[in-house]
Amino acid sequence: MKLLLTFSRRGQHDPGREPVIARVVKETGVLVNVEKANIDSMAGEVLIDIPDKDADLVRRRLEEMGVAVRVMENAIALDESECVDCGACISICPQEVFSFDDGWRLQVGAARCVLCGKCIRACPHSALSLQG
Amino acid sequence: MEKSLDLINARIRDGSARVVTADEMPAIVDELGEEGALEEVDVVTTGTFGAMCSSGAFFNFGHADPPIRMERVWLNDVEAYAGIAAVDAYLGATQEADTQDRVYGGAHVLEELVAGGTVELRATSHGTDCYPRRSITTDLLLEDMNQAIMVNPRNSYQRYNAATNTTDRTLYTYMGALLPRCGNVSYSGAGTLSPLANDPGFRVIGSGVPIFLAGAEGMVVGEGTQHSAGGGFGTLMVTGDMKRMRQEFLRAAVMNGYGVTLYIGVGVPIPVLDTGIVRSTAVRDEDILTDVIDYGTPRRDRPSMATVSYADLRSGTIEIGGEAVRTSSLSSQRRARAVALELKDWVERGKMELTLPVRRLDPAKRAKPMRETAITPRVRDIMNRQVISITEDEEIRVAAKRLLRGETNHLPVLNGNGTLVGIITTYDVSKAVVNDGRLRQVRDIMTRQVIKTTPDEPVDIAARKLEQNNISALPVVDATDRVVGILSAIDLGKLFGGRRQR
Repeated sequence: MKLLLTFSRRGQHDPGREPVIARVVKETGVLVNVEKANIDSMAGEVLIDIPDKDADLVRRRLEEMGVAVRVMENAIALDESECVDCGACISICPQEVFSFDDGWRLQVGAARCVLCGKCIRACPHSALSLQG
Repeated sequence: MEKSLDLINARIRDGSARVVTADEMPAIVDELGEEGALEEVDVVTTGTFGAMCSSGAFFNFGHADPPIRMERVWLNDVEAYAGIAAVDAYLGATQEADTQDRVYGGAHVLEELVAGGTVELRATSHGTDCYPRRSITTDLLLEDMNQAIMVNPRNSYQRYNAATNTTDRTLYTYMGALLPRCGNVSYSGAGTLSPLANDPGFRVIGSGVPIFLAGAEGMVVGEGTQHSAGGGFGTLMVTGDMKRMRQEFLRAAVMNGYGVTLYIGVGVPIPVLDTGIVRSTAVRDEDILTDVIDYGTPRRDRPSMATVSYADLRSGTIEIGGEAVRTSSLSSQRRARAVALELKDWVERGKMELTLPVRRLDPAKRAKPMRETAITPRVRDIMNRQVISITEDEEIRVAAKRLLRGETNHLPVLNGNGTLVGIITTYDVSKAVVNDGRLRQVRDIMTRQVIKTTPDEPVDIAARKLEQNNISALPVVDATDRVVGILSAIDLGKLFGGRRQR
């Protein structure tokens, strides 16, 4: 399961100043795969992937440390009012997330998505975005 | 047997015409034969929905009080061409807004208007006795304009080349993002549904013929710009009333790293007059061939990597050089079908009668390349022929001396046969000294992936290589990889200094 973590780094004691992910791994023994991290001087955003069965535990510990946690169930979101079913996303995606059904309607298999973002940039109609 | 247009129109009027979409036609001909299909089918409707950059609209805004002779016009900060009368302007789909914070262009303005939104008109003038006003700003809806007439100089290509990329970096093109090393293939066009693929001889598609244009009843004006039917790339110039268009069939788009374009739905109804037309409308995806072009070659004439059919492209993978490569479309087959279906509905309900061309388009015409009167400068015109080089087994110390003596920052590295195997710069030498003294030979520190050029490469392309790779010189090699010169950023200055010899 993918969790999107956001935290402040403004104050000296904010979670963003602490090694929160390392601490959770050490305490819980759950192996965390960091798929993406975006950290600047004021705030941080990290996408992690963990086994489904450990999600509650990891989530609770992170929240106790002051990290905001969001479960990313459909990581990539398709805005159907913008999508024209062209399929420009299909061959760009390294994970084969996109396909057509029999009527040439675009299908999204979001569970395979690793949030690389290639499709978001490739979509001529700005119909794809990260959830949230 | 032949069927007259009058008979077909009489059937349309009394609601008895048999209308089918172009993708249904092959099966009908298989079942009934050509004569049977001719008897059975009166009209075949086609449709396509894809990026059509060469699109735009003429507007007449009406006169303000006091009146203004608009010399420059912007709609939502996108400049429109105003060199036509006082309150007329043409807004092109690919024109981008002057504001830099978002990618927004003429296509977005056109979509906004069709969707019923407000657009800000801004215009300036120097003022005349008859038109004293010098500036105006006002908010307009589509219904506020006297006319909003879409005129698209080049739509509905007969076919499109498919695109791939053999280089090592992702290219951002009008055919979308092309992944490195033939990582994907991008294509466009509606195949069996495509209007001109169903009438490649231009027998019934020509000037004056009624069409579906973005949801409105439009018309073919004539041949499109760059019409090249002789080579299989015919185009149409089309027109329609924007006030009757629908957003569903007119969508602004942005090709990342390329620019703004407009997706438009175009459909042409084809009267089935004889077996020749039965045959041409029975075209299948399998019959429509196109080339997969390498967009990694930054020239007008790009090499073809493979010839494939639209059926191959639609299957999701094609083969290039023995490797399976995934394909995807830029145009929407789903919406192309929606165009053909709606057009079918119009004809069935008697909303649209058909017309034969009042003037036919030339099926043999070919577009010419540009006549260029100024000589395009080539690398050989400005390269430095006095090349100081070094061999890979020399000591770094020797390289350092040669760099100093030659007053250059780049040394092409040659092997024993005199062919190029690497390059070293003053930076590489300095780094080797600062690190430790263990690295002794040129081959230990040279860059092996050399970015290079050839004598006949246009200077513009070589300059882009320098810029993209953030380097300041390119070895110039002949066909056998022997170094015949070196092109540095300094040599590019010759182009501006007028020292280049013609």
